[in-house]
Amino acid sequence: MSSKVLTEPIGDVAVGLPPLQRVTLTINGAEKQLEVAPWTSLLDLLREYLDLTGTKKGCDHGQCGACTVLVDGKRINSCLTLAVMKDGCEITTVEGLSKGDQLHPVQEAFIEHDAFQCGYCTPGQICSAVGLINEGHAKTTDDIRELMSGNICRCGAYPGIVAAVEQALKVCQPNQ
Amino acid sequence: MNSFSYTRAQEVDTAVREVTQDKAAKFIAGGTNILDLMKENVERPDRLVDITRLPLQQVESNPEGGLRLGALVSNADTAYHPEVIERYPLLSKTILAGASAQLRNMATDGGNLFQRTRCYYFYDTATPCNKREPGSGCSAINGYNRIHAILGTSEQCIATHPSDMCVALAALDAVVNVKGPEGERQIKFEDFHRLPGNEPQYDNTVKTGEIVTSIDLPAEGFAKNYTYLKLRDRASYAFALVSVAVGLDLDGDTVREARVALGGVAHKPWRKPEAEALLKGQKATKENFRKVADALLQGAKGFGSNTFKIELAHRAIVRALVMATEMKKK
Repeated sequence: MSSKVLTEPIGDVAVGLPPLQRVTLTINGAEKQLEVAPWTSLLDLLREYLDLTGTKKGCDHGQCGACTVLVDGKRINSCLTLAVMKDGCEITTVEGLSKGDQLHPVQEAFIEHDAFQCGYCTPGQICSAVGLINEGHAKTTDDIRELMSGNICRCGAYPGIVAAVEQALKVCQPNQ
Repeated sequence: MNSFSYTRAQEVDTAVREVTQDKAAKFIAGGTNILDLMKENVERPDRLVDITRLPLQQVESNPEGGLRLGALVSNADTAYHPEVIERYPLLSKTILAGASAQLRNMATDGGNLFQRTRCYYFYDTATPCNKREPGSGCSAINGYNRIHAILGTSEQCIATHPSDMCVALAALDAVVNVKGPEGERQIKFEDFHRLPGNEPQYDNTVKTGEIVTSIDLPAEGFAKNYTYLKLRDRASYAFALVSVAVGLDLDGDTVREARVALGGVAHKPWRKPEAEALLKGQKATKENFRKVADALLQGAKGFGSNTFKIELAHRAIVRALVMATEMKKK
């Protein structure tokens, strides 16, 4: 685990604005101490300041799911989350799912089922699917469709996405 | 989004004090609605008081033999809680009918009560809106009002309350526990949200600085005969055009007690005890259900694009009552 202390403010905070807040986040296994402006979303922190651009900004209003990441194992919309509020939490983004060259079963399934076209929604779809599997409530194909409805695919790759999640579910929860 | 300062409260009293002292401060918990509104410049707090670390995270029994939901329990944890599924399946079902899995993981039970309307004009700061800017006018009354209210409207506002969860809480006669600068009090669910009248800027009866600490569910959960019928433009992840929560207590084919609450049609979850009383001691038949629908929708008024909701709601009420009745036969 590496630790990174940012000594420079990472937001452009002008004189007279409210103070920066110090937070400690574990991001993809690495602990980071950061100073953030209170209004920095978790999504902007990841993309703009930590160069973790795998997580995508789509609508920025919690409607499309492209920004989905896992916080303490649960999927959330990082665009509707203030970074400062997640002090002490573990964040997993799409960059943190593989173990070295070994892709996560969900990632493998997405490739096998060609579960994308343009790929912009894919990191959010994959993180959402990992969250869905962690939750353990999806038993049927219809459950998968319902529980993945927070992730919109503009290209309409839904049949491949559903097939990929179905396969990953079997790999990750062989008893289901 | 405007700039704001941030504090994290460790105790309920501290949180109450901070928001009481600073009129432009707001609580933040799940954040799914307030941050969205801040990005649109509809909400512009100068300070956010983070209440997510307060000890309001428990689901426990209450003295009335029911269940007490801590204000900070997530919507997802509530919907999948074994006791909620067993005793209050109507509540579980309504929660799962709303939002997306991601949002339900973030949103809290207390926060759900404070969701603001999704009226397009409320969100659009370029248009007049009495709820956003009192006295500026209502753009919806003569505008696009397909998603708007048909009951309890005023000349000032025809917005609807967007929550699914609250429709079940209304049907179940939940009680909201709040704590404020003047101490603790309980608010009956029917009194929690309000109609727009001449002050549509107020969605509810909670006073400045008051914080919801928990929601009490009474012992009766209508777990045998219930349904939540939600009609919307997509099969998932869309707000209700019309929704109906039903809880029935049946003795054979005779109704001992009926609860019917509507979503998507008013500024608050819509209930009418007189309409429900029409079923008391009566047979659970379509003919009787139609009388309930007539009574519930008495005085309903459309504004053009949303006039279809009156007939839609009528049919949905009858169908939901049939669905709830049929459950016991399976």
